[in-house]
Amino acid sequence: MKHKSISYAKWGYIFVIPFFAVFIVFNLFPLLSTFKNSLYEFYKSNGVTFGPNWIGLQNYSKLFSAEVNVGKYFMNTFIIWLMGFIPQIFFSLLFASWFTDLRMKLKTGAYKIIFYLPNVIMAAAMGMLFFTMFDQSGPMTNMLKPFTGGVAYKFFENVWSQRTIIALINFMMWYGNTTIMLMAAINGVDPSLYESAQIDGANPSQTFWNITIPLIRPILVYVLITSLIGGLQMYDVPQIITRNGDAVNRTSMTMIMYLQYQMNIGKNYGYAGAISVILFIVAAALSMLVFYINSDKDERRRKKGVK
Amino acid sequence: MAAPIDAVGQMSNSRALLIRRVISYVVLTIFAIISLFPFFILLINMTRESADIQQGFSPLPGTYLIKNFKAVMNKPDWAMLAALRNSFIISASCAFLSSYFSALTAYAIHVYDFKLKKFLFTFILMIMMVPTQVSALGFVQMMNDWDLTNNFIPLIVPSIAAPATFFFMKQYMDSALPLEIVEAARIDGCGEYRTFNSLVTPILKPAFAVQGIFIFVSSWNNFFIPALILDKPELRTLPLVINLIRSADYTKFDMGAVYMAVGISIIPVAIVYLVLSKFIIRGIALGAVKG
Repeated sequence: MKHKSISYAKWGYIFVIPFFAVFIVFNLFPLLSTFKNSLYEFYKSNGVTFGPNWIGLQNYSKLFSAEVNVGKYFMNTFIIWLMGFIPQIFFSLLFASWFTDLRMKLKTGAYKIIFYLPNVIMAAAMGMLFFTMFDQSGPMTNMLKPFTGGVAYKFFENVWSQRTIIALINFMMWYGNTTIMLMAAINGVDPSLYESAQIDGANPSQTFWNITIPLIRPILVYVLITSLIGGLQMYDVPQIITRNGDAVNRTSMTMIMYLQYQMNIGKNYGYAGAISVILFIVAAALSMLVFYINSDKDERRRKKGVK
Repeated sequence: MAAPIDAVGQMSNSRALLIRRVISYVVLTIFAIISLFPFFILLINMTRESADIQQGFSPLPGTYLIKNFKAVMNKPDWAMLAALRNSFIISASCAFLSSYFSALTAYAIHVYDFKLKKFLFTFILMIMMVPTQVSALGFVQMMNDWDLTNNFIPLIVPSIAAPATFFFMKQYMDSALPLEIVEAARIDGCGEYRTFNSLVTPILKPAFAVQGIFIFVSSWNNFFIPALILDKPELRTLPLVINLIRSADYTKFDMGAVYMAVGISIIPVAIVYLVLSKFIIRGIALGAVKG
């Protein structure tokens, strides 16, 4: 690299070929052809294929029209995500601040391992497990009978109980992950700040709100946005719980479930393309935010280094 | 470090501290129980007979473990053994390909100076967060055109381009791979590709282990893309079997067998996780530093 006579640059190009060749063939081309689909009338009905015929942006206007109303599925996704995310960020912050509190000296190892465990479990299997647990004759339904008026509550026939169970699974799968992320962030805060706060007589909640929160704000924003992007992709759990989304008037059908529905069951490739483009735009906008937060931070770090 | 501070007003503080510790242990233990409870129910019901399960939950294990296991394995339409094998082949291949080629790509960006380097690096960071589902339609159509549905290739080969794995490897190299090692290898007359394979990969072993596990697990648990690519029963992966059980009228099923099928899909990963948990949790924290 630093040699004058030999240039190693060609090796740089050679080594990135597999990655980018695969990316272009298996990601970029499909993405472009997905975009192209969104501009055509193209669907199958009773085994007959219609199109592809160029129709410009009509798929988009139909998706947002009253009879299709894609906004409904966006709201479903957002509501279920929010129902999981609020407790997730609350408890993750609480646990991360406890785990990193030097005065409390908690033994944390086993808790971290247990809290993270649901994250490695197959989401589809989690969905199936919770479905069997909260089913009419399921063990949880039986255990909750004293609280549901002595009868087996129909968890999967009510909008909010169904959404609550999906959100609960999301919460269980992600709070451990977020706790560990936030712990890493809090551990990165200069410990002398906590020491001087203690000497000044600050109580734990003052330390938390006035030191921890402002200093880990970049990671909090990062957690929020990456969780939003993850929420946008929500599919496995509600798909299994609601048996392809139809349960309770599609009130728990998420965007990706709707996309899958249009691809596999509706066989409307024009719609599916348009849904993909909308999802892409939202995800790309959120990704840009993450990207700028990260590069902002790198810049600050570099400036600090110069000093 | 904390001792001199604790000495300030120790008498009044120590009781408050004790109360806070007790409260936090109680809350943490409650959450640990909540996290483990579904798995407890699963493990118990895996050992019980279907009729027993229908009658209500009991915390005592039954004697049907082996029978339930045999029942699952003998259901021809579930093809559980084939699903286990398929899931394993796909996940192991993805873990290997993804970590190797992402490391190679990260190495190229880390070590060499070339014109497109900065552009490529920025590009990968920008696409890192874009979900794969948004290109699924075009992907499935293309695989149809190429006659690659009901084939593992579309589930394995794309893992070569894994931006998140690349990013982790790049971070790891920044902290653990000094360029002097590469220079020294060059002086000794070692070829560039051999340097990577025989000198660099051993240094990256911890990163390979962490990423290998993560990729294996996410591929093992992947449901969306396999559902679009595979429909032959003998090619199904585990999540597709779970979906099959859910889609059929499952109330008519042997419930012990349903719990057993769920157990078979998650227990291998759970065991690997528990054995390597310290390692994995350090890996997540390492990934978190990027934020």
